[in-house]
Amino acid sequence: MTDTSEKASTKVTPAGGGSGGGALAALTRSRGLRHLALVLAAYVGIVLLLQLFGDFRDTQLATMAYFVPAAAGLTLLTGVNGQISLGHGALMAVGAYTTAAILDRADLTPFILVVLASVAAAAVVGLLVGVAAARLHGPYLAGATLALAVGLPGIAIYFGDLFGGEQGLRVRPPDPPAWFEDLAGGDLGRTYPALLGWALALSVLWFLSNLVTSRYGRQWRAVRDDEVAASLCGIDLGRARVLAFVVSAACAGVGGALLAVTSRLVAPTSVTLVLSLYLLTAIVLGGLGSLLGAVLGSAILAFLPTVLTNRALDSGLDSAAAANLAPMVFGLVLVVVMLAAPRGIVGTTRIALLSRKLKKQRAAALASRT
Amino acid sequence: MQQFLNLTTTGITFGVLYAAFALCLVLIFRATRIINFAQGAQAAFTTYLAYELVVERDQPYWVGFLVALVAGFLLGAFIERVVVRRVETGPEINAVIVTLGLFVALEALIGILFGQDFLGFPAPFDASSGFAVGDTQIAQTANDRYRILSVLVALGLLVALFRFTDVGLRLRAAAFGQEVARLLGVRVGRMLTLGWALAGLFGSLAGVLIAGGGFISPGFMQTSVIFGFVAAVLGGLDSFVGAIVGGLVLGLTQSYVAGYVDGDLVNMGALAVLLVVLLAKPGGLFSSSVARKV
Repeated sequence: MTDTSEKASTKVTPAGGGSGGGALAALTRSRGLRHLALVLAAYVGIVLLLQLFGDFRDTQLATMAYFVPAAAGLTLLTGVNGQISLGHGALMAVGAYTTAAILDRADLTPFILVVLASVAAAAVVGLLVGVAAARLHGPYLAGATLALAVGLPGIAIYFGDLFGGEQGLRVRPPDPPAWFEDLAGGDLGRTYPALLGWALALSVLWFLSNLVTSRYGRQWRAVRDDEVAASLCGIDLGRARVLAFVVSAACAGVGGALLAVTSRLVAPTSVTLVLSLYLLTAIVLGGLGSLLGAVLGSAILAFLPTVLTNRALDSGLDSAAAANLAPMVFGLVLVVVMLAAPRGIVGTTRIALLSRKLKKQRAAALASRT
Repeated sequence: MQQFLNLTTTGITFGVLYAAFALCLVLIFRATRIINFAQGAQAAFTTYLAYELVVERDQPYWVGFLVALVAGFLLGAFIERVVVRRVETGPEINAVIVTLGLFVALEALIGILFGQDFLGFPAPFDASSGFAVGDTQIAQTANDRYRILSVLVALGLLVALFRFTDVGLRLRAAAFGQEVARLLGVRVGRMLTLGWALAGLFGSLAGVLIAGGGFISPGFMQTSVIFGFVAAVLGGLDSFVGAIVGGLVLGLTQSYVAGYVDGDLVNMGALAVLLVVLLAKPGGLFSSSVARKV
């Protein structure tokens, strides 16, 4: 259910690269290298896209870049480990506020140190929540994380000196380093935030794709599928759950740091409950537990709202109504997907492909018999 | 002392409203093992209907009140029959996601139909001045007493329905054991729809009461439904008494946190109470202890 794209490629590559050279053979043998190749290819694709598109698409691609790590982290938690979280928007807020507060005070370079600090902050909060969450299940967990999503912005307002209160903190995006300017020239300079965001987002994806196919990933799936069987196999249920929560929160921290840099403002209004629910929409729509699904869902989150809002404005709706069109569509999509295709885009497509393959095999078997 | 009294009366008023909300959630959870996260959005929607009638079309308050309750009843029945019925038997995470989807969609629909602005909602009784006992001024307004009394009356009717009527017996049977109830001739499906409809009605009542004398916006029930949920969980999710006690505990905690600590930390206070209770007793305070199925 989880490693959709990975499994598909395992089956395909041996046939294609069986007679290939040494490098290709190494690629087919090592899953980590294969994922690395995929991620690098994706990055090249993003760079090309950024070259082709105008300024506006830059922003949308950068938006998608901050959704990707958070959604991937959530799909790991909810899809792979079976713990639902409605508080990932709040964990993103922890990362975003950390980044904003650091950049507000000190000129910490390189930027990766700021990201690491945000990740650490989100992971610590994730650890606290995860310890509590490990004892809860189903609706109880949903409610507790929901309370987190609603309650956390209040802390930012309470510590107004540190976090800017209701107005929030303005964020000065990090300057591109000198070597980047030399390499890219003036034109590519404007795409630096998107490029930076995607470099981080794809690193997170690479890390997670290896993690879910590792021992830890197997343990998480075992805990999700059957608690009793998993603990009989010697898996410490609590530890596995807390670890999944921490990893997931750390990913949300990366997303939060990117959110701060991309939107240049972190305020209580930018990390509302709706953000958490959007993340959930993304992973359900893409397919629970699939990293590819999380990426597809993030793309829909980043691109669909502007399309919808513009359509609505063109057809004469006023701006308040137009702004509400996207959430309404997302809500309805969430319901319809759950009723009609609960496996999401990736899961449904995979089953369709498999059943077609099965049909072909049966037909072939019949043909060979006659 | 003055402040303590006032905080306590405010806390009780809000506690009763949270309890009303918690009761809706408990009503549904007992029957279908689903948490209806859309409950708040449903109530907000029917409150807006009442607003449309009372403020925009100059109807009397009680007409709007009645229409909101009927609309809540119908909306609850509709949601159960058309949407939730299909996920009742699936994994519990699916039902959670469906009700969350309804929550987002309904709230956005309100924004499209009525706009995003804050609108003043009338109260049928004086909502500004309290009363005095001797020298102490008590901040409980006539509107507050109306709120508490309404919830208590509705609660009494609900209990009477469950205890003393034939339909109530069937409702309880359907919630207790679907298969057995079905064998004994109870139309379980209809009972589930009725349960959701009753919860919708009760939620609408809470919505109109919370709105009275204040302002409404598409998201005005968001915090209430979350606090209602916290109250329900405190009470163990399947006990009516627990929901009421949970609501009062939560209302008082919030009032004291807002009065003695800081208003911005109210929501965090709710979370803290929830976590402490759940860590000590993962099933809530009043849960009948059931062993998890192996």
